[in-house]
Amino acid sequence: MYIFIEALRSAMAAIRAHRMRSFLTSLGIIIGVASVITVISLIQGLSQSITRQFEGLGGNALTVHAKNDFKDVMRGKVNYLQFEDVEQLRGHVDGIRELSPAFMFQSGEIRYGNQTASSRQQLAVTSAFMEVNGSYPRLGRFLSESDNAAARRVCVIGEKIIEMLHLPENPLGEFIQFSGEWFKIVGVLEKKGEILGMSQDDQVLVPFRTGQSLIGNTHKPSMSITVSISDIGRTEELKSRIATVMRQSHRLHADQKDDFEIESSDQFLKSFETVTTTVTLVMGGVVGIALLVGGIGIMNIMLVSVSERTREIGICKAIGARSRDILMQFLIEAVTLSMLGGAIGVLLGYGLGHAIASVIPDFPGAYVPWWAVALSVMFSAGVGVIFGVLPAAKAAKLDPIEALRYE
Amino acid sequence: MITLTGITKQYQMGDQTVHALQGIDLHIERNELVAFIGASGSGKSTMMNIVGCLDRPSAGTYFLNGKDVATMASDDLAQVRNEEIGFIFQSFHLLPRHTALDNVAQPLIYRGIPPSERKRMAREALVHVGLGERMHHRPNELSGGQRQRVAIARALVGKPSILLADEPTGNLDSATTREIMALIKDVHHNGQTVVMVTHEPDIAGQCQRIVRLQDGRVLSDQRVAGA
Repeated sequence: MYIFIEALRSAMAAIRAHRMRSFLTSLGIIIGVASVITVISLIQGLSQSITRQFEGLGGNALTVHAKNDFKDVMRGKVNYLQFEDVEQLRGHVDGIRELSPAFMFQSGEIRYGNQTASSRQQLAVTSAFMEVNGSYPRLGRFLSESDNAAARRVCVIGEKIIEMLHLPENPLGEFIQFSGEWFKIVGVLEKKGEILGMSQDDQVLVPFRTGQSLIGNTHKPSMSITVSISDIGRTEELKSRIATVMRQSHRLHADQKDDFEIESSDQFLKSFETVTTTVTLVMGGVVGIALLVGGIGIMNIMLVSVSERTREIGICKAIGARSRDILMQFLIEAVTLSMLGGAIGVLLGYGLGHAIASVIPDFPGAYVPWWAVALSVMFSAGVGVIFGVLPAAKAAKLDPIEALRYE
Repeated sequence: MITLTGITKQYQMGDQTVHALQGIDLHIERNELVAFIGASGSGKSTMMNIVGCLDRPSAGTYFLNGKDVATMASDDLAQVRNEEIGFIFQSFHLLPRHTALDNVAQPLIYRGIPPSERKRMAREALVHVGLGERMHHRPNELSGGQRQRVAIARALVGKPSILLADEPTGNLDSATTREIMALIKDVHHNGQTVVMVTHEPDIAGQCQRIVRLQDGRVLSDQRVAGA
């Protein structure tokens, strides 16, 4: 134990005696670890913020929408969900807490006074949309059952619409025009922010039946039905039940493929996680190469150091150092060197990640997970051991007489 | 205490076999002050290495305090060197980045002695050789004589059976040589066994016993009266 502490002390002294050389030696490891920590901190920050936004969208929801092969569309055969599907699901599937059909009734201009703007999401929805999508009003109220029953010409707008149309701060009671009719604003939604650079706040929502009356019965809507589940453990069961009901409703034969798709709302999240995992793995490969290069640098300098200190090794052996004492001393020196590099790399990467995240506008804050730090330091230590063994063994094997004679 | 019987040593130098020692029989008692003397190539350095357990003989037996050290593994020999032998070298051989105190304490690390005890012993040894004032200086801040004193303190700190000195005054001027020899003789008077290698008859003359080597054999082994 005392030998271990002394070896560590002597390693620190040797590193301090050659500060510049030690720094340059660890540079490979510093750069490798710093770059990995930077990228991981950015990706993890991004992934955390996206996860949080998706939790806001309601994690325990299923969305049913029409499935259209590109081939079929080219033949003019386009599948739609039908309004009856909503009633079928409501009547024949247990375990649905809320059912929220929504369709785009137009995608065109909105007018207020002489201002015009276009919205990506002009949706006809029921009152259930608020709960299922987590879209709550900041001002006024959400669309109500009676709005729907009476097909009133009212709407709820996203925060961004106020800005786009130069509406007053409090736009409640103002009228905006789209689809050739005037709608009264009854509510403004809470700000949702952006997902991957796309604003979620340019929605215009009208009651479902109002939407139906706008497009008329002839037009086939591009509709999706989102259901929220009361028991999240039964998601898969519910999924297959919905599929069965949908097939009956669409009168599909056993040999026909589904003309609809059911997605859980965390599917996008899952595919995003796949992307981050891939990036993390690729970075792992990059850091592997960087650490290999860094390790070779350390081995190189350790070999030089062993040659330089041949006489010292001879002295230590003459006064009673065993081979393993010498081996340990040089091994500890290599590991100290590489771990110092790793630690500096972690700090540097941490700083860089936060600096980059704060420089890019709207980028979520960087986040360094503890496992990334632990792994980096462990890997650096491992590199120190692997590339330190050869020089240390060379030192330990030296013959004391020849080592003492070495000039 | 030291019993050498039929010691030979050959080693390979290029394609030539060098017979450095060709059958040495020697016995050294406790508290003797012995000098090995001989021309270069006489085998006195090889002799020194074998007595100091830095090297193993090709044949023959070597008993040190009753232990057969001729056949020991190198790590066991390291332990014997640590406990039984204190070395003094011509070129001092101090660790350059260590202070005098750390240099003296170094052999005690390999013995597993705790730091505070180590420091105490090293300080005592340095005071004993008259360097109590310069404990925290590095070798390059010390004169040649002071460096050799540090080396002597390091050699004696572990209370070895033998103090082994290889040309201890070879790099020193005559005044310092006298000081160092006085110190060595003082150590001997306090009961320490001392074995010295030298080529200076002057230095050898101050010892009790002179073993003259030539061509790897003992040429003469004489006691000096009055030394």
